[in-house]
Amino acid sequence: MNDNQRTVALEDPCLEGIERFRDYATHTPYLKGPEKLTRKLVGSLEEAVRRSGLRDGQTISFHHAFREGDKTINFVVDALARMGFKNLTLASSSLAACHAPLIDHIKAGVISRIYTSGMRGQLAKAISNGLMEHPINVHSHGGRVHLIDSGELTLDVAFLGVPACDAFGNANGQRGKARCGSLGYAMVDAQFARTVILLTEEIVPFPNNPASISQDQVDWIVQVEEVGDPSKISVGAARVTKNPRELLIARLAAQVIEHSGYFKQGFSIQTGSGGSSTATTRFLEKRMRQKEIKAAFALGGITGDIVDLFNKGLIERVADTQSFDAVAAESLAANPNHIEISTNEYANPSSKAAFCDQLDVVILSALEVDLNFNVNVLTGSDGVMMGASGGHSDVAAAANLSIVVGPLIRGRIPTVVKRVTTLVTPGACVGVLVTDHGIAVNPNRPDVEERLRAANLPVMTIQELYERAVSITGEPQPIEFLDRIVGIVRYRDGSVIDVVRQVKP
Amino acid sequence: MGRLRRSMLFIPGSNAAMLSTAFVYRPDSILFDLEDAVALREKDSARLLVYHALRLPAYQSIEKVVRINPLDTPFGNKDLEAAVRGGADIIRLPKTDCAADVQRLEVEVERIEQACGREAGSTRLMAAIESASGVVNALAIATSSPRMDSIALAGFDYVVDMQTQRGDGIELFYARCSVLHAARFAKIDAFDVVFPDVNDDEGFLKEVALIKRLGFNGKSLINPRQIELLHNAFAPTEEEVRRAERIVEAAEKAEREGLGVVSLNGRMVDAPVVLNAQRILELAKPAYARS
Repeated sequence: MNDNQRTVALEDPCLEGIERFRDYATHTPYLKGPEKLTRKLVGSLEEAVRRSGLRDGQTISFHHAFREGDKTINFVVDALARMGFKNLTLASSSLAACHAPLIDHIKAGVISRIYTSGMRGQLAKAISNGLMEHPINVHSHGGRVHLIDSGELTLDVAFLGVPACDAFGNANGQRGKARCGSLGYAMVDAQFARTVILLTEEIVPFPNNPASISQDQVDWIVQVEEVGDPSKISVGAARVTKNPRELLIARLAAQVIEHSGYFKQGFSIQTGSGGSSTATTRFLEKRMRQKEIKAAFALGGITGDIVDLFNKGLIERVADTQSFDAVAAESLAANPNHIEISTNEYANPSSKAAFCDQLDVVILSALEVDLNFNVNVLTGSDGVMMGASGGHSDVAAAANLSIVVGPLIRGRIPTVVKRVTTLVTPGACVGVLVTDHGIAVNPNRPDVEERLRAANLPVMTIQELYERAVSITGEPQPIEFLDRIVGIVRYRDGSVIDVVRQVKP
Repeated sequence: MGRLRRSMLFIPGSNAAMLSTAFVYRPDSILFDLEDAVALREKDSARLLVYHALRLPAYQSIEKVVRINPLDTPFGNKDLEAAVRGGADIIRLPKTDCAADVQRLEVEVERIEQACGREAGSTRLMAAIESASGVVNALAIATSSPRMDSIALAGFDYVVDMQTQRGDGIELFYARCSVLHAARFAKIDAFDVVFPDVNDDEGFLKEVALIKRLGFNGKSLINPRQIELLHNAFAPTEEEVRRAERIVEAAEKAEREGLGVVSLNGRMVDAPVVLNAQRILELAKPAYARS
């Protein structure tokens, strides 16, 4: 017995079952010596995987903040394949064309199920053609968190690529070579996964702040050469479009916002990263100045154009769940009113409060819009998956006015169709469709239609737009599908809103 | 006031995607080009595409111009057949050097109109002047045919012929004045040259200000992005509109009171000034206003 111990009579009934104190580090031996400072750092990914206790059949998760520049998913799944893992569920917030190497791992049985917001390129093509035994689940950004909340999606081990973190795991996307800006997707995995492994390019001095991912969420840290190439996050998103068609649509969209009834002091807005959407921001600037209107906040995926208005004082706050370019990433690091939010805070319908519910106007893109204003952002005109659900259905449902923008015809393919190939966002949530040929207003928004007509905007019915499109392209032949389901489209509340079937070879 | 013709947008006849939807940019006139914008091996397919584009319902409410190849090439007459039969409002003849060029075209147009049952005289003509000879003969060209609708100055070939190059506009000064006077004498319209650098908005607007001041009806354009800039530049300013309103009000008052002379603030207002004020108010209507 030493000075630190006292003689306590454990026989007293009120102390029954409680262990006697022995030593200050009995239960935390790893906190005893100087190694406590480096105990999370492991020498290799394989070692981290072993320590995580990952087993066959479990779920691994990833974020897609690097989009086409992601290096983490392929690196990790390659390692898991070498280690002999089978039958894993891959739950990435989304997948991109750069993830084509997953095809081989699916064929080899390493990956047997996928949850994702979308997919592109060869991987999407292979899965649309029946590569996987089990259909993939396609969810929205908010819907992914809901699936986690509901217990359907359990993240066993999250592998989260970050540009830099300290030795305890405090990480953000704001500094380092692979600076990607907001870690909005990864914050969810860090919060909910059973085990969190950070892959980082740099270990920086403690404490690294801000801690988008916090030390108390992180189990293991592996230093790797590269986690992602931020220059490929959105090639072209920061580009000033010179495409006259995109500019035409953008100008019309800005006019729709101006006359929608929501263009008031303190309004809020979300724009995507496409050419028309980004350019809308620029056309809006002139109108905001003319009418001396400032926006209270901008939401969602943030581009340099939004940051430009923010820096000019025309937008008061920016809530950033994905930084689309270096300008946005830089602004997030520099400005206290440019705030980082997780997808749970952004758009989860079952979260305690989501930003999107405060939103006035959103500009969204579409691959197809049908006569009932239903939107497809997932499958192309050949029935093959080529896009992502993203925040589309989340924000469309939540915003006061959803404006979908797109050319009436792409190449020789009409965008306005009788019936969408795949239903992602129900038409009831879409207020206005803006095309280069004219504007259609959902009959459920007579208030908006009246205002746009009064402003002399080229309002047509969606039927007229459809007829215009087929008068130019002809009626497209229906796509032939097999019966087999290759993708399940989950609405943001977890329900099945549609399925994607295997395309006929 | 006649139809506004500020912008004439060039669309390459070989570009099916642009042909099918270019009307969405709402230029005052649209020009389907079968000449310089079309490669030799695409001449036949472009002609067919343009023929079909001319007949699209969406193009029926817009003025359609077809630039044919010169009649002394193997393509010129075929282009003309397709354009007249397809329903082009205007044929633009490139490299017009003298009145005889137009008269030769006129004979062919008349023949085709008769052959296809199109109303005689319904196909109008636009002469593009691209040489020193054309500039010197501008008056003869402008008055060469009752079908003559307009003259367009084309800068590229002209400056080569003049052994100079495009610059601040001084190189085109004589040609601009010459074709403009010829057009005004013949009471037809005049279009200025293409501004080649589509990324130089400032230079474009400077040139637009100049040709507007000289008195051109409008300009040939090669990029839809220039349409809005051009239309805004041609739209009257608020001050111009206010002044025009006062003049027109004074004219209406004079008419009501049976006065032969219009006066405003004690000064006599001439009839042409009243006409000009009416033109400005027309330009200020929503369809043409600044955006």
